[in-house]
Formats: sequence, structure tokens, C-alpha cells
Amino acid sequence: MPVLFKKNPIDVAFSIITGLASLSVLVFIIGILYVLFTESSPAIEKFGVMKFLTSTDWDPVRESFGAATSLYGTAVATAIALFIAIPVAIGIAVFITEISPDFLKSPIGIAIELLAAIPSIIYGMWGLFVLVPIMADYIEPALQSTLGNVPLIGILFEGTPMGIDLLTAGIILSIMIIPFTASISRDAFNLTPEIVKESAYALGATKWEVVKNVVIPYSKLGVFGGIVLSLGRALGETMAVAFVLGNNHQITTSLLDAAATITVTLANEFTEADSDIYLASLFYLALILFVLSFITLAIAKFFLLKAERKFSR
Amino acid sequence: MTRERKRKIESFIALSLSTLAALFGLFWLVFILGDVLIEGIEALSPALFLNDPVPPGVAGGGLRNAFVGQLMITFFATLIGVPVGVLGGTFLAEYARGSKVARVISVLSDIMVSVPSIVIGTFIYAILVKPVGHFSGWAGSAALAIIMIPVVLRTTEDMLSLVPWTLREAAFALGAPYYKVIIQVVYRGAAAGILTGILLSIARVAGETAPLLFTSFNNSYFSTNMNEPIASLTVSIFQYAMGPYDSWHAQAWAASLMITVFILMLTILGRVIIRWRYGKR
Repeated sequence: MPVLFKKNPIDVAFSIITGLASLSVLVFIIGILYVLFTESSPAIEKFGVMKFLTSTDWDPVRESFGAATSLYGTAVATAIALFIAIPVAIGIAVFITEISPDFLKSPIGIAIELLAAIPSIIYGMWGLFVLVPIMADYIEPALQSTLGNVPLIGILFEGTPMGIDLLTAGIILSIMIIPFTASISRDAFNLTPEIVKESAYALGATKWEVVKNVVIPYSKLGVFGGIVLSLGRALGETMAVAFVLGNNHQITTSLLDAAATITVTLANEFTEADSDIYLASLFYLALILFVLSFITLAIAKFFLLKAERKFSR
Repeated sequence: MTRERKRKIESFIALSLSTLAALFGLFWLVFILGDVLIEGIEALSPALFLNDPVPPGVAGGGLRNAFVGQLMITFFATLIGVPVGVLGGTFLAEYARGSKVARVISVLSDIMVSVPSIVIGTFIYAILVKPVGHFSGWAGSAALAIIMIPVVLRTTEDMLSLVPWTLREAAFALGAPYYKVIIQVVYRGAAAGILTGILLSIARVAGETAPLLFTSFNNSYFSTNMNEPIASLTVSIFQYAMGPYDSWHAQAWAASLMITVFILMLTILGRVIIRWRYGKR
């Protein structure tokens, strides 16, 4: 770029001001890491790293804390969400790019994006008032009487169906990330050159064969990046699950039990922590969540950039 | 069955499943928006906007304090977040264009956009609430501003990059210094895009709850003092929906309706501006 601006003092000042503004992002990241680390240091000293990650204790009275219950809840809720969201989102992307008539493409795209713009607290409240009763009265009893009797899978559906549980939380999370995953997958699909698709059609391929053998191989990097990005988002989602998870610090094998995620623990207990070590443990959880989601998002970004580069050439 | 027939049937099944997936996605949109609309409109009343909360059981309570608090928190967050974001984006797209620093900050901003907002709440709690000893509206605004900055920064960078380089060269040729070129030529060319970025970033933070839980906290009284805990619609929705009273639930639906309408309008407005300025995309 030209170095013209170096001659003008106002230009030097303007470039410094804008430069500082852009550095703010870096300052936030380092600041968050540093502050969370210092705030959680009493807990890090007392419980260590591996012990904190593997301990299932969460006992404010005895002041003994561990992250395992929250990590377990986060992992299971996210896994359920991705299990539902990935096939649906890819289906939606296939529908928008390959099946839908042109006049429907834009309205459906807009509808999906509106779904993504609804704030998570609305999903959470809707889940509590509408989805929880439906789950408790119909879906969960039905699951128990069918899948509940299958050996091995059966233990996933034990217990009294209350609706406030991992399964409901996972479903709400999946509804939240579907539009996000779908719109990234759609963008990735759209990058497939028309001419390659047309060549496949000319060879007599059916629409599904074009999708399966041309579009998906072409766009797999982008779709994969989109899925990892959704994973990163789901890990840190708070309000959508805070209403329906029950904040129960126990590891249970059944999906129909209340549980806790890192975010739900923070949302429910942060302002109530009455001892220093309690608060430090919560900061420790926040630090773990920050590092986890940062790494996940960085991996996603890596794949998305790689996908982009592949096509910009 | 011939092989050709089998392939056709396979294709038909796969395409039907995709169509079902799209219907499934739309089903939730209709379901959620429908519920928010029906329950929200039912609970709307002038009292919601004009009155402050009253004890449960007393009729005529509202959420005036939360509407005002939400507006103030969002306004000050915008006041901090937008200038920093726009200036930062300017640096990446202009002075540092194409450099390694610009690429790194751009990628980090993309990551920051999706970082869990509750973590930002704990961060602000540690630096702005704990040392002072009490929750405050300023802390809430600061948390939302941190969420806004990367969003505004990235859209500004993208929008400035769309302005053709030749336009800048034309201005350079007239002897204009770079800062004048940026302010008078580049900003003007990208104004619609930057405005859209700002609208979308406001839409993004207007629905945020998690970062406000331990920064601006909540306040059942009317307050405009940003130095004190201040009510917000989102935190009020959380508190009211989790509470045991039917009147609270009704107000939570009404508040949800207002927030949803506000955010969807901003989102649609942003799309309209982009379409009007840059044509169909």
C-alpha cells in the first residue's frame, strides 16, 4: 500500500488512533485470559488442573469444587444438539440450493436468517413454557415406551419424565444452531461451480447423485467449518438452556435427568457465591469455557479460511 | 428393478428428506414466533410501558424501568462500541490493508464474535463490579460494547474493502491526504454498509442476557443512574419467567414480544439497506 500518508501529521495521528481501536480486540482477548486466570488462581492452587477437571464434587458447603459435572452436561447437551442439527441443516441447505424453485429461495433464506436473529432468551423462555410440557407429557413417555426397552440405549431414557432435562436442553440448542449451520452450509454449497454440476447432469446423474458426488465433496471444508463453528456457539450458549436444565450437579446416564452446563452453573450461581473459593471456582469454570470455545472457534475459522482460499484461486 | 429406476427412487427419497428438513426448520420459526406473538399481544397493555413493577398480586404493574434501563444500557454500549469498531475496521481496511497484522486481528475478531457472552460478563464483573463493590449500568454497557466491537469492526472492514481502490487513487491524484480520502471518499462510498453493520450489531446486543446478569444486574425500581444496578428487559424476562406468578409470566411474554419485534425489524432494515445499496445478493 502507498506510504503517502507518512508525510502528513494528521494522517499519522489518524493511523495511530485507528490502529489503537483495532488493537482493542487483541486487548480484550489477552485481558479476558489474564483476568480470568488471576481471579481463578485460588481455585487453581487448591484444586489443581486435572483434579478440578475430573472431580464430580460441587459442594459449596464443604468448599470442594470440580468441573466434571458441568463439563459432562455441556458435552451431552451439545452432542444432542449437533446430532439433530447437522442432518437437518444440511437438508435445508440442499433444499435451498438444489431443490427449491427460484421464487422460494430468497423467502426461505430470509426465514432461516430471522430464526437465527431471535435472541436466545426467547428460545429459553419458549422452551420452558411450551416445549417442556410437550416433552414431559408426550415425547418423553413415548421415548420411554419404545427406545426405553431397547437394551443398551434403554438406560438413556430412565427416570421420571419431567421435561426439565438434558434432552429438552439439547433440542432447544439444536433449534438455535440449525439456522446458523444451514446458512453456512448453503453458502458453501453455492460456491460449487455451475459448470461442474452441469457436467455431472450431462452424464445422466440424478439430482441426489450431483449433490452427493459433486456438491458435497466440493464444499466439505466449508460445511465442516460451519459445523465446528456451530459447536463453538453451542458450547457457550447460556440463556437457551438455563431455563430448562435445572442446574443439577450430578452425572447421570439418563438424558431425562436435570443436569448442569458450565454456562448454566455460571448464570445461576455467580451472584450467589458467598465464599472466595466458590467465586474463584466459578471464574475457573469461565476460564475453561473461554479456552474451550476459543480453540473450537479457531479450528472452525481455520477450515473456513481454507475453504475460502480454495475458491479464490 | 432396473438400476436406473433404483437411482431415481434413491434420488427421490433423498430430495424428499431435504424438503422435510426445510419444512422442519420453518415449523420451529412459525411455532416460536407464533407463540411469542399470541401470548405477547395478549399480555400487552399501556401499563406495561407506563408503570413500574408492583408486588405480585397487586394489579397494574409494568416494566417501565426495564424499558428505560434497556435503552440506556444499549445506547451507551453503542456509543462506546460503534466508534471503536468503525475506527478499528478502518485501520484494517486502509492503513494496514493486506498486512499480516490486519489478517490476524481480522481472524481474532471473527472468533471474538462467537465467544460465549457469559464469559464477557464474568470478565467485566472482575474489572468493573468487584473493585467498586456494586453492580452498575456502566458495567452492563461495557460488556455489551465488548460484544459489539468485533461485529462492527468486521463489517466495517468488509464494507470499506468493497470500495474500489481506483476511487481512492482518483482522490490521491487530486492531492488529497489519505485521511481526507478515507473520510470524504471511502466512508461516503461505504456509508450504507457501515450503517447496516451498526444496526445488526445493535440487534445482536439488544437480546443479550447472559453478560448483563452480573454486570447491570437488575433493579425493581425506576432508575436512570448508570452508577447503580439498572433493570433491563432481558434480565427481567429471565427473572419473571423463572418466577411462580402468572402475571409475571404474562409480562415476560409481552417483553419478549417487544424485544423480538425490535430485533427482527433491525435485521430486516439492515437487509433492505444492503439490497437497496448493493443490489441483489
